[in-house]
Formats: sequence, structure tokens, C-alpha cells
Amino acid sequence: MSVIFKKTKGLTDTPFTYCPGCTHGIIHRLVAEVLEELNIIDRSVLIASVGCSVMSYEFFNCDAVQAAHGRAPAVATGVKRVRPDSIVFTYQGDGDLASIGTGEIVQAAHRGENITVIFVNNAIYGMTGGQMAPTTLPGQVTTTSPYGRDTHLQGEPIRISEMIATIPGAAFVERVTVVDPLTIRKAKTAIKKAFEVQLRNGGFSMVEVLSSCNIGWGLSPVDSLKFIKDKMVPYYPLGNFKDKGVQS
Amino acid sequence: MAKILMKGNEAIAQAAVSAGCEAFFGYPITPQNELIEYMAKYLAKNNGVFVQAESELAAINMVYGAAGAGARVMTSSSSPGIALKQEGISYCAGAELPVVIVSVSRGGPGLGGILPSQADYNQATRGGGNGDYKVMVLAPNGVQEATELVRKAFELAEKYRNPVMVMADGIIGQMMEPVEINPEPLPPVDRPWAAEGQRGRAQRNVVNSMNLDAYKLEQHNRDLQAKYERMEREDVMYETVQTDDADVLLVAYGTPSRIVKSAIATLREQGIKAGLFRPKTLLPFPSKQLKAAAQGKQFVLVAELSLGQMLVDVKLAIEGTVPVHFYGRTGGVIFEPSEIVDAVKSHRKGD
Repeated sequence: MSVIFKKTKGLTDTPFTYCPGCTHGIIHRLVAEVLEELNIIDRSVLIASVGCSVMSYEFFNCDAVQAAHGRAPAVATGVKRVRPDSIVFTYQGDGDLASIGTGEIVQAAHRGENITVIFVNNAIYGMTGGQMAPTTLPGQVTTTSPYGRDTHLQGEPIRISEMIATIPGAAFVERVTVVDPLTIRKAKTAIKKAFEVQLRNGGFSMVEVLSSCNIGWGLSPVDSLKFIKDKMVPYYPLGNFKDKGVQS
Repeated sequence: MAKILMKGNEAIAQAAVSAGCEAFFGYPITPQNELIEYMAKYLAKNNGVFVQAESELAAINMVYGAAGAGARVMTSSSSPGIALKQEGISYCAGAELPVVIVSVSRGGPGLGGILPSQADYNQATRGGGNGDYKVMVLAPNGVQEATELVRKAFELAEKYRNPVMVMADGIIGQMMEPVEINPEPLPPVDRPWAAEGQRGRAQRNVVNSMNLDAYKLEQHNRDLQAKYERMEREDVMYETVQTDDADVLLVAYGTPSRIVKSAIATLREQGIKAGLFRPKTLLPFPSKQLKAAAQGKQFVLVAELSLGQMLVDVKLAIEGTVPVHFYGRTGGVIFEPSEIVDAVKSHRKGD
């Protein structure tokens, strides 16, 4: 019997701790497949963050450093600067990157740190039980915006990729999602490009992935994917925001 | 090698580079700016890494990452900056990373002032990070000893896989003294736990302070405690000056201990036998040694550039066996030897 599909070597055998229906698993697999295809698993260092992906160091089959909340880009800077031949990537959610860690992500991009950031945006704090994030959509109900996000009091959602793209040190910034086979393929292409930028010492690369939180959103897995397409993508348009072309 | 005249901050930086510090991450703050500037000027030229971080938080987390990847690494700051680093220091302690932190302390609380102070004894020895952790704290009394203790800090950090803080008061940072810096780099230390990419190693390395299993986390804490107890057994450092025949024992650390030495000379000229006990490690604190040195004395006088922080550790050490008095100035004011002389006399029986 011939094998037509198998799990990537970029992942360990540890079962994911993510909720059924959540798209973190797909994103993990795409990143891990890219590590395998680029033949860099053996010299990669994951910087795990705080949030739903706090346990990601159990899942990626490479060395890892677990960072404090929001500090992953600073920790990545420390690793990359002293071991420049390592491939260093952070895996951060929107609470981690777009709220408590805005200083670190902006300044890592500003320095043009030669690291890759996988930014998983699900418009909510999933791990802690579905609180409002800076990325929560206007009117969206969460446990800390129980009457819906009021933009007069709580501001309008922050578009991180657009902001990071304005920073000169950012070499590659793209927003993708993983709601169907086509978008999943495009997401993988973008993730691969981001790592290729790092392999060519091209500077800071980031891929923002619009992801689902069916539990936090109170929707079925299928409706959650529909929510991404119908509600998130109009506010967070997909596409490339910065490409200095160093990877080609 | 002949002695050269150097400012404390620069001598500390040079001593770290000479000891083999590979990477420095810091943020500007007075009165330690010459240290980060010296690193910017010389570390990269010595095949090292220098990054001016965007914040104290980022600096200590860069240190966490670089130490996690196996580098010999250091940061420095002053009181409000050390306050900001506390989260990262707790993570370094939890993940058992060897890192060196230099604190050139100034007056507080809050923004406080920029003149020398010892009001951060509690900050250094108790810390403000979360959890049952301890940081080794070394307190030099001048520029020469600061260079020696920075070197020692790297050795101890690597011996225990633990953060070590060199607490240099602002006087040491800013004054110039003749120094001779050991030029020999410390031998490299094997770091089989470092997360720098697997590169054919059999196991994956994960640098981590998280453990969601209560029993495992409790055991981790017990292991850390065993390490702290070992520090107390093996690496307590202190100095005694004229304590054997003394009737009065003075306790002071850092540069102020030299002012106390001058006061002791004056007291002895006046027929009052005083001696000095100087802790060089504030953590582990030389409790047993201090208690022994205090036995039979009329009283102990603790002198600090604070309103009484080490005082608590002295009282805990002496366990009520001898009366303990205190004299301190704070906010950047430095006591004169005559103030210490007067304080001793005010507590003498029958004077």
C-alpha cells in the first residue's frame, strides 16, 4: 500500500490541546510543513507565546523558548542575535501581539530583526475565556464587551499588518486565512515566503492568519469559518502589504 | 598589568567583556549610562552582540532569549529600570537561566532621584517578580571589587543556572578609581539544555518556566529551593574588620561600608572599640557568620543609605541575642563618618 499523505516531521506526536473546530491546528500544520520543505527543522527555534498557543512548544518538533505574555519578539531577538544561523520564529495570538505586546512587535520590525512572526488573529482572547481583544470587531459580543464592542468607548479594531507594513524594517507582511482549500494554499505560500525572507537575511517577516474561535464566538465550526469570510475579511482584507522581494 | 583609572560603570562593562560576556541588552537610564555606552563601543568589536532595547522589559526578555540559546549574557539598569525587569527576572529564575544583571541603584520611590542610594536592597533580595524564586545578589564596595564581582557573577550564574545581580550603588557607578581587571576569559561552560536549534541532538530542548501539573511544579520549586540552600552553604561572602576585640559591631555593605570604616578609625582613636561586618553577598545573606560575629558585643549598629532594609536581615540573623540599632540617610544623601561616630556614641551605655 502506498502512502499518499502523512503527518509532517515538523510536528511532534503530542495531541493538540486546541478546541475541536479551531483553525490553530491547520496553521500549525502549514508552518510545520514549511519547516520540513525548507529543510530547517533541525536549526529552528520556536518562540512560544501566551494564549491558546501557549503549549505550542509541545507540538512543533524543534527547539523552543517559552516567552512571557507579549514578549516573544524580544525573546526571538535575543535568540537570533546570538545564534544568527538559527531560524527563529514566534507564534503569537492577537491578545499577545496586538495588545500586551505591541511595543515588542513594533520595535522588532523597526530594528528589521531577521525573524519570522506567525500572528494568529481570531479577534478574541480565546485561552482566558473569550474576552475582548484590540482586534474584536465593532459590535462583537465578548465576555468583556457583553453589549457588543462600543467603538466610542473601546475604539475601533486595530489593523496590525497594515501598521507593521509602514515600518521600514519590515520586509514581508501578508494577511491570509485558512477557511477553505484555496485560502489554505495561499496561506502556506505566504508562510513559506516569510521563512525564505529570513533564510536570505532579508529582515522582519510576518504572516497574519485570520483564525476561528468557535467556542469564544459561540458559533459552530462551520459558522465560524463563515464569520471569518463574511465579517472579518471585510474589515481585515487579505493580501500582501509589504514585499521587498528579497526571497525570490 | 598596571592599574588604570576608570569610572565604575565602564570598569564593570570592561570586566564583563573580559570575563567573556557575549551579549548585552540594555536601555539608557541614569546613573548607569556609561555602562551601556561602553558596551556599545567595545562589545561588538570583541565579537559580541550589543542591542539597545526599546524598553527595560524588552531588554530582560532579550537576555532571556539569548541565555536560553546558550550565550553568556548580561543586562544593566538602575532602580526604576530594575523594577520594570522584574517579570523577566522571574522567568529567568523559573527557566533556570544563567544571566547577570547589574543594578546601579539610585534614590526612590517612583522616579525618585539620580543620586546614590541603597533603597533597593529589598528590590534586589526580595524581588518583585512572581513566584518562589531567589536571585543571588553581590554587593561590591568600590570599583575594583565591582570588576571582580561581575566576573564572579558570571561564574555563579553558570554554576547555579540562576540569575545573579551585582548591586552597585550609584557611587560605584559614577566614581573613578584605579583598577586592575582580570583579562582572562572564563572557560566556556557546557549548556546541553540550550535551545539553539536541534542540529542533530537526540532530544528537543525547550526553555520554559510553565508547568500546569501542580505536583511537577511543586517539585520544580523544591528543586529551586535546594539550589538556594546550596548557595548559602557554598557561596556566602563577607568581610570582617577589627571585629574580634570590638565592643560595638557595625554592619554595612557597598560603598557606605568604607565610610563606616573611617568612622571606626575615629571611634578607636577615641577609645571606642568598634568593628565592621560587611556582607558581600546580600543573598544568600551571611546570617550565621553575622550572628557569631555579634556575640558578646554591646550592640550592633546597621548603617545604610536607606531607612532600614538590610536591617531586617540583620535582626533575623541575630535573633534578638544582641540589641540592634540603625542609622541611615536616604534620597541620595550620603552620611559622613562623623554621623556614624555620633550614632555609635548615642547608643553607648554610660556615655
